[in-house]
Amino acid sequence: MENAFIYTGIFLCVLMLLPLYRAVFGPTVLDRLIGANAIGSKTTALLIMIGLIYQRVDMFVDIALAYATLNFIAVLATSRYFQKRKGLYKE
Amino acid sequence: MGVISFVLLLGGLVFYAGGSVGIIRFPDVYSRLHPAGKLDTMGLFMTMSGMALYVLSDWSISALLTALKIMLIVVFIFITSPTATHAMADAGMRAGLVHWSRK
Amino acid sequence: MIGLAKSAEWLREARIGAKLMTFGVCYATWIVLSGRFDAFHLMLGVVSSAIVSMTSSELLFPDVKYANLPRMVLRFFLYIPWLLYQVFLANLHLLYLTFHPRMKEQIDPQIVTFQSRLEGDMALLIFANSITLTPGTVTIYVSVLKKFTVHAIDDPSARALPGRMEEKIEHIFA
Repeated sequence: MENAFIYTGIFLCVLMLLPLYRAVFGPTVLDRLIGANAIGSKTTALLIMIGLIYQRVDMFVDIALAYATLNFIAVLATSRYFQKRKGLYKE
Repeated sequence: MGVISFVLLLGGLVFYAGGSVGIIRFPDVYSRLHPAGKLDTMGLFMTMSGMALYVLSDWSISALLTALKIMLIVVFIFITSPTATHAMADAGMRAGLVHWSRK
Repeated sequence: MIGLAKSAEWLREARIGAKLMTFGVCYATWIVLSGRFDAFHLMLGVVSSAIVSMTSSELLFPDVKYANLPRMVLRFFLYIPWLLYQVFLANLHLLYLTFHPRMKEQIDPQIVTFQSRLEGDMALLIFANSITLTPGTVTIYVSVLKKFTVHAIDDPSARALPGRMEEKIEHIFA
């Protein structure tokens, strides 16, 4: 079963490349924000998987919870900031 | 127990893959919010439930607490993910971003 | 008799029910997160949950009557499985759209506005979050006059609004 978690984690890391493309080359700021948010939500699952692989889930689950909170606050603050800015259309 | 959690993990990966491909393929900001807000939440829900079941498979009090914490993360994501999506859509609307439409 | 009515009035004024419920939620979260069962940590949890429930019980239970609070919570927990089933169906639909080779002919994004008849902030919050999680729709804005602005990805999901979900949520807060 540990092998299954390792392969699932590797697959998730490969999947992260697609939102990373959107976060680097996205035409507007909001596209980048969507990409960053998607990467964050995958990382939350990945942290639990790392905990299961190293058999220290009780420690990694707290880190995952803190990461989910941080990701939410970052997205909320950034979108509140950029709604007052001009130039969202084309950078 | 292992089989159920493996199936849940696999289903979650399918939803995650859909979310990532959707973020690339959809044509504008508002329609990209759909896969980012929905498919990622569902993928997280399924992978997390699979892993919580796997943790519960050797039964003890600390395993139960860990599984409860994992489900707490799921509840948290189910509340915050629509809120974050809504904040991004609202930012686009206030900045005057026009949505893509089929002509 | 008057004394009884007065004490019921006082209970409603002081929001004892809402405070007790908030205390229960906070304390359950504390126990799950701390994971220690000695007297010191349990007492710390009691003190901090009491402080939180005294200062900010309005956040979790904004303006509800004392009497029908438990029934409301029970109905909310009955609503969750139905919501999960709907979310699953919506995700299958979106997955089909995502992997469709000619996706740009399938989707037809549009912005829909409609008037909701729900009352209370909590009902509006649950409705807006449910809309975002289910059939191909994302809530963009909810005005003070309960007017919803919703972005729908294709025609069937735009026509399905507000739909049965509003009735269900109205039933929770009835």
